Amino acid sequence: MSRATVAIVGAAETTKLGKVPELSQTGLHADAALNAMADCGLTPADIDGVATGGHDVAEIIQYLGITPTWYDGTSVGGCSFITLVRHAAAAIQQGLCTTVLITHGESGRSNNRSHRPIFPSMQQQEFEAIYGPLVPPSRFTLPVMRKMKDDGLTEEQLAMVAVVQREWAGFHPRATMRDPITVDDVLNSKMIAYPFRLMMCCLVSDGGGALILTSADRAKDFPTKPVYLRGNGGESAEGPMISQMESFSSSKAFRVSGKAAFESAGISHSDVDHLMIYDAFAHLPIYGLEDLGFVGRGEGGAFIAEGNTRPGGKLPLNTNGGGLSYMHSGMYGMYALQESVRQMRGISPAQVEGAKLSVCHGVGGMFSAAATVVMTTEEQW
Amino acid sequence: MSERQVPTIYPETRFYWDGAKAGKLLLQSCTACDKAYFPPRPFCPACGSRDVEVIEASGKGTLYSYIINQLPAPGYEPPFTVAVVMLEEGVKMVSNILDCPPDPEALILDMPLEVTFEQRGEIAVPQFKPAGGAQ
Repeated sequence: MSRATVAIVGAAETTKLGKVPELSQTGLHADAALNAMADCGLTPADIDGVATGGHDVAEIIQYLGITPTWYDGTSVGGCSFITLVRHAAAAIQQGLCTTVLITHGESGRSNNRSHRPIFPSMQQQEFEAIYGPLVPPSRFTLPVMRKMKDDGLTEEQLAMVAVVQREWAGFHPRATMRDPITVDDVLNSKMIAYPFRLMMCCLVSDGGGALILTSADRAKDFPTKPVYLRGNGGESAEGPMISQMESFSSSKAFRVSGKAAFESAGISHSDVDHLMIYDAFAHLPIYGLEDLGFVGRGEGGAFIAEGNTRPGGKLPLNTNGGGLSYMHSGMYGMYALQESVRQMRGISPAQVEGAKLSVCHGVGGMFSAAATVVMTTEEQW
Repeated sequence: MSERQVPTIYPETRFYWDGAKAGKLLLQSCTACDKAYFPPRPFCPACGSRDVEVIEASGKGTLYSYIINQLPAPGYEPPFTVAVVMLEEGVKMVSNILDCPPDPEALILDMPLEVTFEQRGEIAVPQFKPAGGAQ
């Protein structure tokens, strides 16, 4: 019998999502943080650990008036917040702090910010950017034609990722895009970077989110239903030059991170009731399903197209609509975590009935990094 | 239209750009691993050895993957192809595909390519085009 040591006790997104021109990026962090503290009845005086990505963690500490004994500013892109959940858990287990606040805020749409969230890569700039792939839609998509040839992935299967996730978004009042779409709608949407059309690409939004973690022992004293971490999760990185990926059909960082998370949690794939896979673009859930081992290599596209991940399917995936339909600030990982927490609390507008275990997996940069955490409603297993 | 970007060159990569200026595509190879690698650095990314040498690539490669970019980039007129080329030496690098329309009908994965050089001011940028002339 194993017992949880750390739990998520506070969770919230910013008051508004999508277009929030009235707040700066720092303000989005703070709005999310205050909402998460209110969610579990804490004030800044109760927080002794702070973590964020893509923003100076010390600025967040000062802005919120916190005096921490631990902080972490890991910034590897959108999965940073998933990474920070496991870093925070390790810090709590080691006694470096007792109550950690993880914040995300990003003015992706209104651009009320002084800097972009990902460190520039010197080698990416010198040897890739000079050829014109300057933004994620023309970089993150580079491996996909190879995968289509090697694994039989089709444009229609990529389109189905967007179609199925829109079905999930329809349940969420806060999702940006909720109207049903068809494969034809996706394939006929504006070409961005062949084979990728507009509807295969994520939204560009303003927003934020925050989580509060503490020891499982303390978690019962909070007004919220604890969401326990099962195992230590996983993380890995392959690097910011997408052309140097070992394989264009599979992410090494995904495989290493996912394997560590599953082994540490002692779970098999059939134990997973709910799954989030960060979808900056339509191919990400396909790589994720394969690299986490839910399906074999080359089977991810068909698995989604056949309806296995849609509402009522056997593996509910990206039940908030994902970065394609819910929102995507730029570093979306926080929103994937928030939906996993809602599902474990039993309060998602797209609630998976009886869900007890959720896996949340994210990408950082463009296949640059990865992180995975496992959440559960159960204190013991 | 603004000019295409030129790379910021660092001490460890100077030889690569000097080679391009002389019409050579230069890689590095690890003595112990007997394996080429890219992008440049003064040690082998597979084993960490500093015992490496500069080698001249054959300039032959194949089309490994690509996108047809519709988004703006300084000095480029969309649509244009951004490709990953697999060199004969077993390393991958990004390139545009010159002398070839940005059209899936013309961009056949694994088709043979050869190096050419595009002048950007004082800098020569390695580029690839279909082997044996325009298709």
